[in-house]
Amino acid sequence: MTPSKTDQANAQAQAREWPLWEVFVRAKAGLDHKHCGSLHAPDPTMALQMAREVYTRRQEGVSVWVVRSDQIIASDPADKAMLFDPMEDKVYRHPTFYELPPEVGHM
Amino acid sequence: MTAVASIEIKAAPAQEYLLRIGDTCLIHAQRLAEWSGHAPILEEDIALTNLALDLVGQARALLTHAGAALGYDEDQLAFLRDERDFRNATLVELPSRKGGRDFADLALRNFVLAAWLNVLWAKLEASSDAEVAAIAGKAVKEARYHVAHAAEWVVRLGDGTDESARRMARAVERTWPYLAELFEDDAVDEAAERAGLGPRRSALRADWAALVEPVLADARLAVPEAGQFRSTGMRGVHSEHFGYVLAEMQVLQRSYPGGVW
Repeated sequence: MTPSKTDQANAQAQAREWPLWEVFVRAKAGLDHKHCGSLHAPDPTMALQMAREVYTRRQEGVSVWVVRSDQIIASDPADKAMLFDPMEDKVYRHPTFYELPPEVGHM
Repeated sequence: MTAVASIEIKAAPAQEYLLRIGDTCLIHAQRLAEWSGHAPILEEDIALTNLALDLVGQARALLTHAGAALGYDEDQLAFLRDERDFRNATLVELPSRKGGRDFADLALRNFVLAAWLNVLWAKLEASSDAEVAAIAGKAVKEARYHVAHAAEWVVRLGDGTDESARRMARAVERTWPYLAELFEDDAVDEAAERAGLGPRRSALRADWAALVEPVLADARLAVPEAGQFRSTGMRGVHSEHFGYVLAEMQVLQRSYPGGVW
């Protein structure tokens, strides 16, 4: 099937646009990097700098990761019911049924 | 509205020396602020504002310190001095967004100045004036990032498309004549060096060139030959553009003296 005029226009626009990057920031040593947003940048170096500029200007982080958005494999929202609903009635998977011995202290 | 009278500065060489650096940071920041809302992309818009705010912070620290000896605070120095009492390098007062200038001019100006400040702050960390050394210790980290950030743009534009390369080459041509001022000494430099306050300007050239030349080579930009022109902003003799910068920067304090947020 030949692509429609609109598809061709979209593809051309995409080729001109800078790729999208997802930004992950670690708030302090020992914590996980957390997804905090996305931005456009032409390449990895600029993506990292722009992430620093946009997402860490209020001392939010000590480390930044950027990942090209098109490199992320995501679950299909349409599969949500199939993938996640079956866990709804399996409350026994939570550790709330165990009694902690007092000598463990705060956990 | 009551216009407020200007203050006049009679600075000893030590204060002259600090005002040259502080005023260069301040006016560079003022020109950068003109790009707020006009940068080519949103992310760079924020980056330029961050950069300008770092420079304002550096200017505030130096103006406060120099002002303590002069009997004025940072606001009086920034908002109530007339043109001839400012000591910034002429380069930073030149038009940056309007007046036929474009983002290439800005990227290059950012780069050469960040490199100059980076080298200067690094040497000022050893200042005999403990306050100056402390200011430099904080500022040198900011300047190091400014160099890295600006260098990325210089390389991308210089070694980019035909159009961007042409504009970068034009920016080099327009910027280079104003660099001589950043590396030539006078009595103020000699006094500062003698007192251990900070380096003479000519002592910055080698380290600056070591930062700048590899980036220009990457960007495939040729360095013009040294010319005869000398700008004189650091001696208080400014270009015709500077009055407009001050008019915009000072209008609020001049019209509403002592006004605060």
